[in-house]
Amino acid sequence: MHSFSHNQGEATSLGLEVKIKAEVKGLNFYYGKNKALKNINLSFAENKVTAIIGPSGCGKSTLLRCMNRIHDLYPDIRYEGEIILHPSGINIVSPEVDPLEMRMRIGMVFQKPTAFPKSVFENVAFGLRLQGERRKNVIEEKVEQALRMAFLWDEVKDRLHKSAYNLSGGQQQRLCIARVLATTPEILLFDEPTSALDPVATAKIEELITFLKEKVTIIIVTHNMQQAARISDYTAFMYLGELIEFDTTKRIFQNPSKKLTEDYITGNFG
Amino acid sequence: MDPAIERTKSSEFWDSEQLTRIKERIIESLLFLAAFFSIIITLGIFGTLVYESLTFFSHVSLIEFLTDTLWTPLFYPPRFGILPLVTGTLVTTAIALAVALPIGSVVAIYLSEFAPRVVRESLKPILELLSAIPTVVYGYFALLFVAPLLQKFIPELPTFNMLSAGIVMGIMIIPYVSSLSEDAMRAVPMSLRESAYALGANKIITAIKVVYPAALSGIIASYILAVSRALGETMIVAIAAGMQPNLTIDPREPAATITAFIVQVSLGDLPHGSIGYQSIFAAGLTLFLMTLIFNVIGFYLRKKYREAY
Amino acid sequence: MSDFARIIKKRKREDFIFNIIGIICTLIGIVTLGALIVDLVMDGLPRLNWQFLTSYPSRFADKAGILSAWVGTLLIMMVTTVIAVPLGVAAGIYLEEYARRNWLTNLIEINIANLAGVPSIIYGLMALGLLVYQLNLGQSVLTGGLTLSFLILPIVIVATREALRTIPQGIREAALALGSTNWQVVRYHLLPYSTGGILTGVIIALSRAIGETAPLVTIGALTFIAFLPPSPIQSEPPYISFDWLWSPFSVLPIQMFNWVSRPDREFAVNAAGAGLALITVTLALNAAAIYLRYRMRKRITW
Repeated sequence: MHSFSHNQGEATSLGLEVKIKAEVKGLNFYYGKNKALKNINLSFAENKVTAIIGPSGCGKSTLLRCMNRIHDLYPDIRYEGEIILHPSGINIVSPEVDPLEMRMRIGMVFQKPTAFPKSVFENVAFGLRLQGERRKNVIEEKVEQALRMAFLWDEVKDRLHKSAYNLSGGQQQRLCIARVLATTPEILLFDEPTSALDPVATAKIEELITFLKEKVTIIIVTHNMQQAARISDYTAFMYLGELIEFDTTKRIFQNPSKKLTEDYITGNFG
Repeated sequence: MDPAIERTKSSEFWDSEQLTRIKERIIESLLFLAAFFSIIITLGIFGTLVYESLTFFSHVSLIEFLTDTLWTPLFYPPRFGILPLVTGTLVTTAIALAVALPIGSVVAIYLSEFAPRVVRESLKPILELLSAIPTVVYGYFALLFVAPLLQKFIPELPTFNMLSAGIVMGIMIIPYVSSLSEDAMRAVPMSLRESAYALGANKIITAIKVVYPAALSGIIASYILAVSRALGETMIVAIAAGMQPNLTIDPREPAATITAFIVQVSLGDLPHGSIGYQSIFAAGLTLFLMTLIFNVIGFYLRKKYREAY
Repeated sequence: MSDFARIIKKRKREDFIFNIIGIICTLIGIVTLGALIVDLVMDGLPRLNWQFLTSYPSRFADKAGILSAWVGTLLIMMVTTVIAVPLGVAAGIYLEEYARRNWLTNLIEINIANLAGVPSIIYGLMALGLLVYQLNLGQSVLTGGLTLSFLILPIVIVATREALRTIPQGIREAALALGSTNWQVVRYHLLPYSTGGILTGVIIALSRAIGETAPLVTIGALTFIAFLPPSPIQSEPPYISFDWLWSPFSVLPIQMFNWVSRPDREFAVNAAGAGLALITVTLALNAAAIYLRYRMRKRITW
C-alpha cells in the first residue's frame, strides 16, 4: 500500500502516518435545484472506521450515497467536485466514470436487511456472479469465506440452499454484509445498518464492523452517537448539508472544537 | 319486576336515542345482506350448474362424457364426448397465454423498471384500454383483419381458425398481465433494488433476478387471472375459431371451445329441458371446474411465493 | 480493471437490448389497439349515419340499423346500474366499515374474489337456469339487467372498498369522537369523500357490462328484433310504466355478433358500424374514468 500523506486536504486531520483511501474535495450535490451537500471536504482513512453523524436531513446519507453513485438511479441529480479513490486516483463522481464500476468496487449495506428472494448461497454469490465469476469451485470457496467473515457460517452452513427469508433480521443483515464482502470491495459503506435491529443483533454487527476494518475501509452513517463512539476511529459531524467538524472520534466526543458539534453530542438538539 | 310493567315502562322510554340505535341496527343488517348476496350468487351459479348437469348425467354416462371423442349433441344419434370442446378451449387458451404472458411480463418489467415516469404514467392507461374493448369487437378484428393477415403467411389457413382467435385473445389479455404484474413489481421496496444496483447490477439483472422473484406472488395472481380470462373467453372464439367441435391440437384448424358451443346452442331455439339444453350446463360445469382447478393451483403457488421482503 | 470494463460494456448492451424489446412489446399492444380502431373506423364510419341509428335490423344490409339494439343496451344498462350500484356500494361499505373478522366475513371476501374470476358466460348459464326458468322472469330486459348486475357486482364492491380504504382512519375517529353513529360517519363523511373513487369503479364496471355479449346470448336475447320495448313514459295515467322490464330485447354487441357471423360480407360493414358505436361509448366511459382518477389524484392531499 502506498502512502498518500501528500494528498491530505486542509479539512483533514488524520495525521501523517495514515494512508488515505478516499478523498472528498469540494463536493456539492444537487437534487434538482436543491443543494443537498455544500462544499464537503474530508478524507477517509484506509482500514479505519469513519462515522458520519448528524441530525436527520443533515446530508449524511446523501454523502454516503455519493460514494457508490447510487444517486444515479434517480433522475435530476448532479455532482460538483471530486471524490478521489486511492490508489487508482479515479474520481468517483466524474461523469466519465461508470457508476456500475464504482458499485462493483465499493460495497454498501442498507438500513433494513435486504436479502434477495433466493437461497442463502445465491444471495452471497450474487455479487460474485455480477463480477463475471463463473467457476463453481471459486464461487463456493468465496461464499464460504464471506460467510465466515460475516460471523454467519456456523449459523447457516446447514441451510445454504434454503431461502434467505428464513433467517432472523440480524442474520439477514449479516448475510447482506457477507454478500458485499464476497465481492472484495475497496470500501464498505454502511447506511444506519442497525436501525432496524434489536440490541443483541446490533451488538453482533458492531463487533463485526470492528473486526472487518482490518480488511477493508469502512464508512458508517449512524444517528446513534453511542454507536459512532463505540466503533469508529474518525467521526464527521454534518449539519444542514455542511461538514461542521471532522476529527478523531475521541476528540469529537471529548473535546469538540465547534459549539454546534458539542451541542449535538450533548443532546442539546437533534 | 312484572313483565307487563317492564314493557309499559320501556315503551315510554322510546326516546330518540333508542330509535337511533334501532335505525343503526336495521342499516347494518341491510348492508350485511348486500354483502351476503354475493354468496347467494355463487350458490346460484353452482346450484344451477350442478342441478341441470345432474339431469344431463342421468342420460349420459360420465365415462362417455369424458372419453368419447365426438361432441354432436344436436345430431342424430347424439354423441356427448366433451374432449373436442376441451381441446379447443385448451389450444386457444395456450395460444393466448403464449402471447399474453411473455409480452405482458416484458411490458410490466419495462414499465416498472425501465420507462421514465412520464412514459409509464401515460402508456399504462392506454394499454389498459385494450381490456376495455368489447370482446365481440375483437372477434370482428380476429376474423376480418388478423385471419386475412395470417393467410398471407400461411396460405392454406382457413378463414376460421384457432390461431387468429388465440392471438387476438392474447393481445386482449396483455393488460391484465402487465398492469397487475407492474403493480406487484412496483410494490417491491426500493431498498431491495438499491442493494442489487449497489453490487454492480444493471437494470435487467436487477429486474429479472431480484424484482421479478420478489414480486412473484402478485405476478402469479396476474397469470392466473389471464388463464381464467382465456378459458372463459367466448365471443372471440365463437366468431373467429369456427363452431365445429374438432378434436385437434393443430392451431391452424377451426374448432369449437366450450364457450363457443354454449353460444351456438343458445342462438338456436332449444326447448327447455331437452338434452341439448342440458348439455350446455354440463359443458358450463366443465368450464367452471377447469377455471376452479387453475385458480386452486394459483392459490397454492401464491402461498408458496408469498412476499417476504 | 479491463475485466470490469468488459463486463460493464456487456451489461450496458443487455440493458439497451431489453429497452428495445420492452418498447417493441409495449408497441405491439398499442399498435394493435390502433389498428383495431382504424380498421373499425375505415369500415364502419361511412355506415354510422342517422338512418343506421334509427332503423330496425333488416335482411337487406343497406337498410338495416341499430335502433332496437342501442335502445336495448340503454334499458339494460339502466337496470344494471340501479341494481348493481346500490348493492355493490352497500356490500363494500359493510365489508370495509362494519364487518368483524370472522369466518363469515372471510368467506364473503374469498367468494367475491372468486366471483371476479368466473367466466361471464357462466353467469349467463346461471341466469338461464335460475332467472329465466326457475323464477320465470323470461328472456326479458329485467333478466338481462340482473345478469349483468351480478357480473359487475364484484367490480363495484372492490372499487368501493378501495375508495373507502384511502380515507385516513383519523377522519372516522374524529367523527365518532363527536358522537356520530357508525352510519352517520358513513353517510356524512366516508361516502362524500369516496364518491370519486366509487364513481370511477362504477364507470369501469358499466363499460365492461355494455360490451358483454356472451351472458346475454346465453339467456336468449334476440338477435333480430324489429320493435322497441314499451316506453317507460306513457301519455295516459299513471304516466310511468314498467312493462319494458318484461320485454324481449337485443343489445349492440349481440347485433354486431349477428352481423359479423353472417356469411355474406355486406353485413360486415354493418358490424363495423355497430362496433364503432360500441367502442365509442366504452372508450368514452374509460376516458371519463381515467380523467376522474387523474383529477382525484391531483386534488386529494392527505
